[in-house]
Amino acid sequence: MMEDRTLFGYAGRILRIDLSTGKTRVTPLSEEDAKKYIGGIGLGMHLLLSNSKSGIDPFSPENPLILATGPLSGTIAPTGGNGHAFVSKSPLTNGLGEAKSHGFFGSELKRAGYDAIIFEKRAEKPIYAWIDDESVQLMDAKHLLGKSPQETEDMVKDDLGDYYIRVASIGMAGEKLSRVACIINDKTRAAGRTGMGAVMGSKNLKAIAIRGTKDVAVAKPDEFMEFVKMLHERMKGPATSKYRTLGTPLNVLVHNSLGALPTRNFTNAVFEGADNVSGEYLNERFVAKIDGCSSCAMRCEHLAVVPEGPYKGTTTRVEYEPLWAFGPHCGVDRLDTIIKAMDLCNYYGLDSLSTGNIVGFAMDCFEHGILTKNDTGGMDLEFGNAEATVELVHKIGKREGLGDILAEGVKRAAEKIGKGAEKYANHIKGLEMTGYDIRGLKTAAIGYAVSFRGADHNRHGAYGVDLKGTVDRFKVEKGRSKFVIDIEDLYTIIDSLIVCKFSRGVYYKEFDDLARYYSLTTGIALTPEELRRAGERINNLGRLYNIREGLTRKDDHLPAKVMSTPIPDDTVSKGSYISKKELDFMLDDYYSHRGWTREGIPTLEKLRELGVEDLSYIVQDKIGRPEKTK
Amino acid sequence: MSTIHARKFVSADPDKCAGCCVCEYACSYEKEKTFNPLKSRIRAVRLDTVINMSLTCRLCEDAPCIAACPRDALTQSEETGIIMVDEDKCNGCGWCIEACDYGAIMLHPERKVVFVCDLCDGKPKCVEWCPEEALDFVTADVLAQKARITVVKKLFQEALKTKAT
Repeated sequence: MMEDRTLFGYAGRILRIDLSTGKTRVTPLSEEDAKKYIGGIGLGMHLLLSNSKSGIDPFSPENPLILATGPLSGTIAPTGGNGHAFVSKSPLTNGLGEAKSHGFFGSELKRAGYDAIIFEKRAEKPIYAWIDDESVQLMDAKHLLGKSPQETEDMVKDDLGDYYIRVASIGMAGEKLSRVACIINDKTRAAGRTGMGAVMGSKNLKAIAIRGTKDVAVAKPDEFMEFVKMLHERMKGPATSKYRTLGTPLNVLVHNSLGALPTRNFTNAVFEGADNVSGEYLNERFVAKIDGCSSCAMRCEHLAVVPEGPYKGTTTRVEYEPLWAFGPHCGVDRLDTIIKAMDLCNYYGLDSLSTGNIVGFAMDCFEHGILTKNDTGGMDLEFGNAEATVELVHKIGKREGLGDILAEGVKRAAEKIGKGAEKYANHIKGLEMTGYDIRGLKTAAIGYAVSFRGADHNRHGAYGVDLKGTVDRFKVEKGRSKFVIDIEDLYTIIDSLIVCKFSRGVYYKEFDDLARYYSLTTGIALTPEELRRAGERINNLGRLYNIREGLTRKDDHLPAKVMSTPIPDDTVSKGSYISKKELDFMLDDYYSHRGWTREGIPTLEKLRELGVEDLSYIVQDKIGRPEKTK
Repeated sequence: MSTIHARKFVSADPDKCAGCCVCEYACSYEKEKTFNPLKSRIRAVRLDTVINMSLTCRLCEDAPCIAACPRDALTQSEETGIIMVDEDKCNGCGWCIEACDYGAIMLHPERKVVFVCDLCDGKPKCVEWCPEEALDFVTADVLAQKARITVVKKLFQEALKTKAT
């Protein structure tokens, strides 16, 4: 029913659930917070900062798990109608954890009448949260233990007797506190990175089921619909054609030709088997259907079915990153095992990108004699052993044998294995690497080093200027950080609204278009500059959270092999790597452009400028005397 | 009078339908000026990840929903075939919902009467908005024609390729 409302787009309400007692409380979302933090990761980070103490263990009941949607959620806004984000302290990085997902879950949450849910404390026994508009119940989840997210979704729908309910859940990996566990909704969509599934597992929260029946209203319906129609038209054009045709696996051959395809755990940057795992080959032989999320006008979800062989019939959604992680990164050129491994990650509820990284790391350790057949349970973990990648995912998912150590992520696994294993652990801040060989992508490398959630191409997208040749990608130079910062500020807005990054090309005048979109939806006047500023604010929020949790300049590092192993292949990027000196130069340049100190601390002046003086307590004793600015 | 079937209805091509639910949003906005799938006359079904299809009223020739209504609240337009609901007579008992094999008639969450696709005065918004062009506003005869053409094309795809070169 239409209510009197001041905020459109937003539900205007934040729900808190104390998992230890089942008590709930609803607080209003103020217009000021809406405008400052937008939604999604921005709102989630704000709620995390103001609802947690510093220094807590990510698995302690004191670490809240925050689920947030954005103002566009639940509307027809293409790609924006469907997103949600999980935010919490990451068990991988001990800093800010955040992961987004799309599908249908986020819109249902909005219709239930909430912009965000804060899951507090820990349930005594396994439960799932059943959020039916106003009614919130914690249901027994004993029968769901050990079930995959896909099975869980079906069983919860059966239990509750409604097949249009939306469910997000964890698998065995999350239950067993694997630090690379994800949260899966709508069967194939994952809030993958930074171990949010493990935080959920630590709360004994097996699943979140939502039924939302309320209307979602926008402030200026007619103009909004016109704007959406325009976006629909743009989405049929070249800006999104990559995602509608070959999809992200297109990257395989592109990266390979540029000597930027990390191969065999960053031993090489060119993969001899690339043709067999290319997007072209995948689409010709494996892709059965391309789906879309709720209210999307692009559709990108390439569903691949293995047509023959031992894994015949295996069906999963394919993207470049996990394909890379279980393919070139492990020296594997078989799409059937890659698809099987990805499917198993969905089954166990593992982040497929981190898991593929872990398998490649274990293989590198095996090649260097750090792991032997004694450790692997007789498994031959040489690079290229396709069957072994599948077997190892089973072990990681169940935390069996070597899999128990590997489920901790490469950083902790290397510490436990010892014998110099850390030389092969490619991570930043504890989060596993992604499929860009940044040894020869030196603008992107800055973005990777400073990313507040660890190794990530999606916080900055700065590989774009490198790959397109806008800059000399093998060079480190002053001012390069500007590219990174501009995209970072845009990307935090994309993740806060939430719209899909695949749609980024259709906002021709980025902040102008997005600010208009925001205002038509919410009725809150917001200029493009104010929106950019919000993007900057949210980036600073991520930084501030990490500082509060003890991270320093030292944590803005690059993966071990990126700094130790020059690209050996006979290709354009031959010999390229990143030295300590280059990294320091990059950080100095980046911090100064951000208006931070040389140690990477946002100044009090910066906090004032961004209107987050309330967070001064985080930086006060770290800045010492106010610095002189140039 | 021509014996060709003139009634057009909204049909979804499962090969093209991506399950995005844009049709649901477009419908609820057109009919109720809000975004809410529960108020949409067309609903998407995702059976599993590779099977998607939207469904709405098929304008049955001998509509079971009408026969099922004990209060004569439903009538069918002779001209267009749409099912019309007399909201004064409908008490939301749901027999028509049971009778419909397509789940195309639904109970309104607030008004507590049933509602069903009315083809938007001959210009269905869902068809206009569908980004995949998976929805078609067609007669049963044209659907059959299209199916025949598609299958023959498939059968002779090699021959057609040769012709093209």
